[in-house]
Amino acid sequence: MNLSRIKDIKIIALSIVGFAIIQLLLTENIIGSFWELNIILIGINIIMSVSLNLINGYTGQFSLGHAGFMAVGAYVSAILTVKFQMPFLVGLIGGAAGAGTLGFLIGLPTLRLQGDYLAIATLGLGEIIRICILNISYVGGASGFMGIPRYTNFAWTFFIVLFSIFFIKNFVNSSHGRACIAIRENEIAAEAMGVDTTKYKVMAFTIGAAFAGVAGGLFAHYFYIAHPASFTFMASFNYLTMVVMGGLGSITGSIVGAVILTFISAALASWPEFRMIIYSLALILLMFYRPQGLFGNIELTDLKIFKRFKGGRK
Amino acid sequence: MGTMLKVEDINVYYGAIHAIKGISLEVNEGEIVTLIGANGAGKSTILRTISGLLKPKIGKIEFEGQNIAGIAAQRIVKSGISQVPEGRRIFANMTVMENLDLGAYVRSDKAGIQEDLKMVFARFPRLEERKTQEAGTLSGGEQQMLAMGRALMSRPRLLLLDEPSMGLAPLLIKEIFSIIQDINKTGTTVLLVEQNANMALSIANRAYVLETGRITLAGAAKDLAASEAVRKAYLGG
Repeated sequence: MNLSRIKDIKIIALSIVGFAIIQLLLTENIIGSFWELNIILIGINIIMSVSLNLINGYTGQFSLGHAGFMAVGAYVSAILTVKFQMPFLVGLIGGAAGAGTLGFLIGLPTLRLQGDYLAIATLGLGEIIRICILNISYVGGASGFMGIPRYTNFAWTFFIVLFSIFFIKNFVNSSHGRACIAIRENEIAAEAMGVDTTKYKVMAFTIGAAFAGVAGGLFAHYFYIAHPASFTFMASFNYLTMVVMGGLGSITGSIVGAVILTFISAALASWPEFRMIIYSLALILLMFYRPQGLFGNIELTDLKIFKRFKGGRK
Repeated sequence: MGTMLKVEDINVYYGAIHAIKGISLEVNEGEIVTLIGANGAGKSTILRTISGLLKPKIGKIEFEGQNIAGIAAQRIVKSGISQVPEGRRIFANMTVMENLDLGAYVRSDKAGIQEDLKMVFARFPRLEERKTQEAGTLSGGEQQMLAMGRALMSRPRLLLLDEPSMGLAPLLIKEIFSIIQDINKTGTTVLLVEQNANMALSIANRAYVLETGRITLAGAAKDLAASEAVRKAYLGG
């Protein structure tokens, strides 16, 4: 067995211990329902930021419509579980498939655009998705899709988060991932090296969208409702903020960004007027002192202290 | 010595701008052929069209008897053409090693890749010294070497070089050009685009002179270097 496999197993073991502790605290009611909600929200946001990082951070395609894919996942999974009485897992997979398919269809034409143009196009597409949903009475239109059962709990969230992180980490470290990073570094050179740039851009976009769909499914099945107002472009910006704060091109960074920003919002929930001030101050300070994000493009497992434990990288 | 690359009457447009107006050229196996000309003559455009980054509106490009005009860049790389792009375009945030790995992106024969890696390191010892260093921290000359090494990693039969002398000191230019000659001697055919006509003509077998999208002169490099018209226009009298 090679070192990186052993490293993966150690990390999984460590996270399962962490899971057991939090689960115990939850069942013993030491963590109240307010923080339980926020822990699950953190999980959902981690899926969103890590999957967005694959598109924005690793492949370098500036997408601003991530909440749109989350909406598709939320609604598709809710339709499956509510209207067709399917089990939750089928709903989540359906949500991922729906969002992924849409990501693929949207990605093919839009990923020919670059930089600002792509950002504008994806921003627009996210809004188009939301406004379409708003006008479909089958899913509740403007009043939202109500009566969704609460299937999402800490265990579901935790293991799906773990799966997402490992899936995207392995993708990034594979030859597909290297192709994506090459596109970010220099698209023309990547093409000249024989990287099929369109294929990999669309692939990253589709995978990112599919995971956003899963996150949407978890979201809808926790809050009993899927509402178009949860998926505005402000939500997309919010996920982008997490990615940029953690560092474009660092999975650890995206996780930390999601945790910190969700935690700040939750901790300051009783002082809504201070919340936005502190939130924006934190971002301004970050841009001044660490423009590459908290982690830059470094992973936690690259840090020296971890190398000692795990016997180094590669 | 058969014809390796045959470009026939290609026309390339950037939107409405007619950049290449019906150019034909040939590269024979084992040759160094150079395209010289001033800024904006269309030299790089031709290379980018051959390597598939641009598509010709009209015209044929044949490589080893197969039409490659308009097909995707990755298939052209697989068929044996590799480009060193203008301005080097290395992957700055990746290490030297990762850059070279990406050069072999279209290949899957691990043993062959290892062999070529050794060959590249033998040709550019400085790259081996710096293999774990980030490519963006290399000097200009080293970056050019990396770009060439990276292109060689796909084991091309035809190497397209776009302005390898750009922004380099005269001594380094000499070094780079002698390396190009070495690469050619070991069996790789070279198509070289250069503004430094003097250097290019000194190592090439044949040359084409390009002016605003048309070929105005063609012939053996020696003859062109001696010709009055070329000397006046490109070699400083």
